[in-house]
Amino acid sequence: MNYIIGAFKPACHISVTFSDGKSRKQVPLKKENGQTVMVPLFQSQENISGKISVEPVSGKKVEHNGIKVELLGQIEMYFDRGNFYDFTSLVRELDVPGEIYERKTFPFEFSTVEMPYETYSGVNVRLRYVLKVTISRGYAGSIVEYQDFVVQNYSPPPQINNSIKMEVGIEDCLHIEFEYNKSKYHLKDVIIGKIYFLLVRIKIKNMDLEIRRRESTGSGPNTHVETETLAKFELMDGAPVRGESIPIRLFLSPYELTPTYRNINNKFSVKYYLNLVLVDEEDRRYFKQQEITMYRLGDTS
Amino acid sequence: MITGGVEDEEKWLSAGIAGLQQNAFYMNRALDSNNLKEALKYSAQMLSELRTSRLSPHKYYELYMRAFDELRKLEIFFKLETSRGFSIVELYELVQHAGNILPRLYLLCTVGSVYIKSKEAPAKDVLKDLVEMCRGIQHPLRGLFLRSYLSQVSRDKLPDIGSEYEGDADTVMDAVEFVLQNFTEMNKLWVRMQHQGPTREKEKREKERSELRDLVGKNLHVLSQIEGVDLEMYKEIVLPRVLEQVVNCKDELAQFYLMDCIIQVFPDEYHLQTLETLLNACPQLQSSVDVKTVLARLMERLSNYAASGAEVLPEFFQVEAFTKLNNAIGKVIEAQDNMPIAGVVTLYASLLKFTLQVHTDRLDYVDQILGACVHKLSGKGKLDDSKATKQIVALLSAPFEKYKDIDTALKLSNYPRVMEYLNDGTKKEMANVIVQNIMKNKTCISTAEKVDALFELIKGLIRDSDEDLHDELDEEDFQEEQNSVSRLIQMLHSDDPEEMLKIIHTVRKHILNGGQKRLPYTVPPLIFSSLKLVRRLQGQDESVSGEDVSTTPKKIFQIVTQTIEALSSIPVPELALGLYLQCAEAANDCDLEPVAYEFFTQAYILYEEEITDSKAQVTSIHLIIGTLQRMHIFGVENRDALTHKATGYSAKLLKKPDQCRAVYACSHLFWLDEHESMRDGERVLLCLKRALRIANAVQQMASATRGSSGSVVLFIEILNKYLYFYEKGVSQITVESIQGLIELIRNEMQGDNVPSDAAADGFLASMLRYIQFQKDKGGALGEKYELITI
Repeated sequence: MNYIIGAFKPACHISVTFSDGKSRKQVPLKKENGQTVMVPLFQSQENISGKISVEPVSGKKVEHNGIKVELLGQIEMYFDRGNFYDFTSLVRELDVPGEIYERKTFPFEFSTVEMPYETYSGVNVRLRYVLKVTISRGYAGSIVEYQDFVVQNYSPPPQINNSIKMEVGIEDCLHIEFEYNKSKYHLKDVIIGKIYFLLVRIKIKNMDLEIRRRESTGSGPNTHVETETLAKFELMDGAPVRGESIPIRLFLSPYELTPTYRNINNKFSVKYYLNLVLVDEEDRRYFKQQEITMYRLGDTS
Repeated sequence: MITGGVEDEEKWLSAGIAGLQQNAFYMNRALDSNNLKEALKYSAQMLSELRTSRLSPHKYYELYMRAFDELRKLEIFFKLETSRGFSIVELYELVQHAGNILPRLYLLCTVGSVYIKSKEAPAKDVLKDLVEMCRGIQHPLRGLFLRSYLSQVSRDKLPDIGSEYEGDADTVMDAVEFVLQNFTEMNKLWVRMQHQGPTREKEKREKERSELRDLVGKNLHVLSQIEGVDLEMYKEIVLPRVLEQVVNCKDELAQFYLMDCIIQVFPDEYHLQTLETLLNACPQLQSSVDVKTVLARLMERLSNYAASGAEVLPEFFQVEAFTKLNNAIGKVIEAQDNMPIAGVVTLYASLLKFTLQVHTDRLDYVDQILGACVHKLSGKGKLDDSKATKQIVALLSAPFEKYKDIDTALKLSNYPRVMEYLNDGTKKEMANVIVQNIMKNKTCISTAEKVDALFELIKGLIRDSDEDLHDELDEEDFQEEQNSVSRLIQMLHSDDPEEMLKIIHTVRKHILNGGQKRLPYTVPPLIFSSLKLVRRLQGQDESVSGEDVSTTPKKIFQIVTQTIEALSSIPVPELALGLYLQCAEAANDCDLEPVAYEFFTQAYILYEEEITDSKAQVTSIHLIIGTLQRMHIFGVENRDALTHKATGYSAKLLKKPDQCRAVYACSHLFWLDEHESMRDGERVLLCLKRALRIANAVQQMASATRGSSGSVVLFIEILNKYLYFYEKGVSQITVESIQGLIELIRNEMQGDNVPSDAAADGFLASMLRYIQFQKDKGGALGEKYELITI
């Protein structure tokens, strides 16, 4: 296949290898075309170093006006697809203008790179990190190669992590008191809690706990909010009576959650909510939504 | 909820089964290929079939059982997985990822069971978690089955004493705690079932609920099987907790069932030791609960326990079982105002049975129970409720069955008071029971006091009821009853004459109120029993002078006289006459001439004034003659007067043959073998001649009216008498007269118009044979007979 494509392809092959590529953790990343590839995982302040090799195809020479590698942190809004906003952009020149006859390898290093935001792929917005290798050519157009990588940042367990406790109700109809053991959960956490029924005058069919993700993009009047239900977890089956207390134990690990992102570069926010939903026999829904903060706990393993 | 017919339900069930089987198939395939993830997925889907609300408990159970079987395979798989190194903790988490709660919890319980087995965590923690998590199912039916599943899989894994799961951290207490909690929750769900769904289906729902009760009760059974639940723990923890739940659920069905369950599953000695606690719960139950049955069953159990061996009885005494039960019953009755009287009586009846079994010697307890019963019955009037009546009869019969002795019952002061509340029919029935009992056991009632009490009890039989019953009493039944009363009177006996006299007094007092219909039945046995006493007195104490003994035949005769007089109010003169004569004979034996004379006088008066029927007259006159013949105390004058009268009566009978026979019978009055003083051959002959005259007259009358001479039988009979007296040596009876009479008879018999009479012929023939026999025999008598030529 390479031969066919080769006709239209630039006359050289660029590959990026990370210096600790063998040992570094790889995570799956879903590409635009729907394919999932494994890419290395970094966190902020890490050194990103490696080698870039340029190998001209079948002995042809590549003439260029210089070779550079950029580390880009980009935000892409889907309503404005293809238009990337770079919040981070670092450049390393690899080669001065000249010609390459045979495979040539260039080491590169971005040390202690500040990558405050995590890679994210949402409904309306995407945040990605990429290494962009550009071989500038005057006439034939530049040869560009991208290497994605993922950034995840870990937070220490929060100092203050109060439980969420609240009494809600509809007068003379339904009064409940619910409690979630924390307000901040890490991604593999488990939500423990209980719902206590103080007054039940409706015939409840069941009760679910939903995890909802609210992604808001844009700002001001152009704010666009998209809410997804990531988890629907049945807590209770049947109609409780006054005085019942229903336990909650929801493991978060099966769900694809991210940490809470607040106002990422003034472009977007991702927030998480626990939505307690009671459904009565007429399929009316009674619900109460509470925000929880998600964070990524450093892998201790 | 969609309510459809049974058909729909069948459809849903088969759909459910189909879905279940399909997923089970995939699950099994995943199990075979060791694919945990798939196995979990399909098992969850399979279990989702149990989420249905459309099935009745019965059908749901069918579905559940299928799922249950599949889950066993899954459990084995889980065990294998863990033995292959898969972390059980991780597995325990993994199954909790299921989104739907019901499948999740079934899986959790299944893994939990493996978890406990693995001993990687203390059993109590796992159990506690499971029972807690199951709260998520608030739907009664599904919840009940889920918890029942939990109970099932955990049964063999409880940290019981001696179990492999018992350890430092796990004690039997944890096992108990777990079962109790599961029980409590199940009961709550069960009770709640009744409130769900439309009101019109309430009945159906209650029926369905009742089908589910064993799921709940199973927990109590599990509790009772835990080795570590000793008396102490049962008393301190198990029972109070269970009762708390029972009382608090405020549900009739549940309370009744669970109380019964408690009583049935735990050992007797536990009940005995915790009697107070258990009983205290009873008044707190809903008023509609059938507490009486509960208590009755308890008492029944305890009774059986008591009956199991004498060695357990001290336990009963130690805990004062009776007092406690009695108090409890009182309280229950108080608490349940509207308890039907039948219930009250049932309770007391059970208590009574219990008491009889346990405190055989405590009659005061029995009386106490009856007293309480009376107290309850008072103010309610007579009972119409057939059920209550039945129970009272049971209550009253119990003491007899136990003691086989009416004596005991007679000591119970409250016994008759309870009987008061029976309606007349039942009272009578009860009285019959009592009488029958006496007969059967041949109980001898030997004091006047008891007799009094007894008659008080069987009032129904010996007295007309206050309100006149108009229902036609079956004559036969009445006779039967009265006959048994008469028999009863015969059973009253005391060896002490004085006491016996008192008894007679008492009986008399009672029977005299009996009314005309009864007297003919009741008086005779009394008279005879009096006469029996007279004879006894006469037999035993010639030596004891009459002064210091209050019981003298004279006195008795006075009573007897008065008693027979009572009969005069009813026209039963023949009976009275007979009795007078009996008395006269007794007086004769006591050498009380005036008394005997008086009796005769009474008999004669009756004969003259009351007995008008000619047939009756005949019978009576023969009685009189017979009795008079045996009297030997009369002085000449008295005797003359009486015999004279008797002969007079005989001659005045209406029918000639009767006259004839009476008259020749009178001849005996003048010839007593034993008494020299009473041999008057003249008058014997006179009587016989008179008889002959009458016989002649009969013959003439017969030929005059019918053209035929009547039977010669009268002559033959007279001949018989002649022979008798001849044999006795009455000098006035001559051979010639006998010879003449034989001639006469033969002539008569050869007459043309004589109808043949086989009886007469036979009689004569046998008489002639007798003469011949005596002749042949020889001796003094033979010589006499030799003089007669046939």
